[in-house]
Amino acid sequence: MALAGLFLVVFLLVHLGINLLLLADDGGQSFSAAAAFMGTNPVIRLFEVVLFGGFLLHMAFGVLVTIRNRVSRPVRYQHKSQSETSPLSKYMIHSGIIVFIFLVLHFIDFYFVKIGLVAPPAGIDRHDFYHRSLLLFSDKGYASIYMIGFLFLGFHLNHAVQAAFQTIGMNHNKYIGTIKVVSILYAIIVAGGFMVIPVRFMLFR
Amino acid sequence: MIFTLKIWRQKDAADKGGLVTYNVDDISPDSSFFEMLDQLNQHLIAQGVDPVSFDHDCREGICGTCSLYINGRPHGPLKGTTTCQLHMRSFRNGETIFVEPWRCGAFPVIKDLIVDRSAFDRIIQAGGYVSVNSGGIPDANTIPVPKSDSDASFDAAACIGCGACVASCPNASAMLFVSAKVSHLALLPQGRIEAARRVQNMVATMDSLGFGNCSNAYACEAECPKEISVTNIARMNREFLAAKLFAEKEKQISVSL
Ligand code: SF4
Ligand code: FES
Repeated sequence: MALAGLFLVVFLLVHLGINLLLLADDGGQSFSAAAAFMGTNPVIRLFEVVLFGGFLLHMAFGVLVTIRNRVSRPVRYQHKSQSETSPLSKYMIHSGIIVFIFLVLHFIDFYFVKIGLVAPPAGIDRHDFYHRSLLLFSDKGYASIYMIGFLFLGFHLNHAVQAAFQTIGMNHNKYIGTIKVVSILYAIIVAGGFMVIPVRFMLFR
Repeated sequence: MIFTLKIWRQKDAADKGGLVTYNVDDISPDSSFFEMLDQLNQHLIAQGVDPVSFDHDCREGICGTCSLYINGRPHGPLKGTTTCQLHMRSFRNGETIFVEPWRCGAFPVIKDLIVDRSAFDRIIQAGGYVSVNSGGIPDANTIPVPKSDSDASFDAAACIGCGACVASCPNASAMLFVSAKVSHLALLPQGRIEAARRVQNMVATMDSLGFGNCSNAYACEAECPKEISVTNIARMNREFLAAKLFAEKEKQISVSL
């Protein structure tokens, strides 16, 4: 789960990088060019399969581990736990499920449109991600759902990155402090970065 | 001092059990938690009621026998101590105190507050030892050990096997205990020899006993009476990965008679 997760962490950065091109003031040229590159380059096409595999593995392990962890304590305590824990670590499955719901929406809005499973809205080509995003973000409801999705992704990532390093055995007092800071920064940058885009389109159009 | 106690009572392993409320008074703030329970038990015995069963032995924090999940925390509210080192002055006068047994499928309740922790023995039997006899005391420095390693090993060896890590873990995982045992041996030259086999066998046994998986919540580290650090868990994960990927294969010799 940790390895698949770390792989997804890299993917998110690439995705964010491309999305931020939406902010470029060039009528969507650079964004569309990047999207076209991602959509046609054979190496990237191959990687898409690996990416889906990564997502599936990560989710399957997540659910499996959560179930195993629940059954390992068949009789629960009467008194609520007062132990200090790493913040958000107990809610990974919850934040994970919210992100998953968002992912489903995201697929319906973009990926299924691209592969032709869902018809694009009138007047927009199914490969035209730029105008598609603009249209979606012009809807305040959608923009809020999008931002909530990323808020929870941020919570998820904040624990996830440092935990993944611990799980693969990288915890040493020499660098664990750095890992923790990087983990928090990463979560803020990714969640914040994705959220900046709808904010920008809602506020300054 | 006076207290209201809500104590888990359960006749035997098959009984469903439940919380029973007791009031105790005339408790000295300097009496230990167990002395307070002893006082309660004297009253119960006088009334012809079955006294509350709980585990204890050394009563000085070194044996790992005592347990008790007190107000949502294993070994009670004090950090870095066992229940036997807890005193009633750590509670407010008149406070309601919940007392429950460790909860984990691999630690079934035997009676009241006593659980069967032999799952830990099973894990130790799977590799928590050095197989060769150590013989007499060797001359100093015949086997050099870096000071930092011996310190880290000694810190891990402080684990008393109480099971508070399992009790506090949201997933009832035994990773802190197992990693303390793996680390304490793997850091020293005598333990290194069997390190690859040990970590694999101990982890496999831990998994087979039904403990949960680590999700890095670190409640264990916060509650461990010996303050065992979760860096040991990372060390065990490293050892485990390395053993799975790089350990020499053991030669199988088949003898036909
Ligand atoms: S690691 Fe700490 S809490 Fe766990 S068994 Fe050892 S001493 Fe007890
Ligand atoms: S009774 Fe020995 S550690 Fe508490």
